[in-house]
Amino acid sequence: MADPMRIRATEAGGEVDVKVLVKHDMETGQRKDAEGKTIPEHYITDIVAKNNDKVVFSAHFGPSVSKDPYINFKYKGAKGDKLVISWSDTKGDSRTDEAIVK
Amino acid sequence: MKISRRSLLKASFGLPATVALSSLATFTALPAVAASTQNQAAYKAKTIKDSLSALGAGDIVVSDAITINAADIAENGAVVPVAVSTTIPNAETIAILVEKNPNTLAADMSFAAGTTPYISTRVKMGQTSDVYAAVHANGKWHIAKKEIKVTLGGCGG
Repeated sequence: MADPMRIRATEAGGEVDVKVLVKHDMETGQRKDAEGKTIPEHYITDIVAKNNDKVVFSAHFGPSVSKDPYINFKYKGAKGDKLVISWSDTKGDSRTDEAIVK
Repeated sequence: MKISRRSLLKASFGLPATVALSSLATFTALPAVAASTQNQAAYKAKTIKDSLSALGAGDIVVSDAITINAADIAENGAVVPVAVSTTIPNAETIAILVEKNPNTLAADMSFAAGTTPYISTRVKMGQTSDVYAAVHANGKWHIAKKEIKVTLGGCGG
């Protein structure tokens, strides 16, 4: 199973600034290994962030997003809100992590 | 019979590989994953224009109200930080496209109404290229571009 995401959510002036670091190889399907065989593609396609069960952010990724994707976004929220972020990838793996807004 | 972790492990190793694997699968089974909502056509497109039209862009307006914040020269193409913000009102989605990558569309991100339209992420770049930011607001797509020079490519090798 995939490693946990690192999520930091801090509120200032009614807006929450979220920084997420996802642990994922983001294999493009274009690279070759030492024996010249193509490494199959394996990357995150969908990410959704919910604040207190309401979707506040969603993203789609292609293979051009860097390995161990980092995203930074903002939304309107308050301290103490529960932020839940989930992703799913091309192999059907997924992971959900949560953080409390500080 | 009480199954301790040890006896389970022993049992797993004693069984044929397929059985051991399937029992492992049961233990690590994840909740069913919803099918991807990704726009496949847009992500497979090879040009900026095709990607944008697959996203549903009709009229594309070149806008100076979009700011692409990235270094002019990226030493490592595997990790190129790109931040996009805009002053266009009612922006809903921001997409990042790299013109010379095999598939141009890198990511599209949508946020809740009323949010500061700002996103930041890191993308791969195979070579020096124009990076486009496309903003969807009021039913229209607005774009801006910035050239980022790459000293070491991030694709292949």
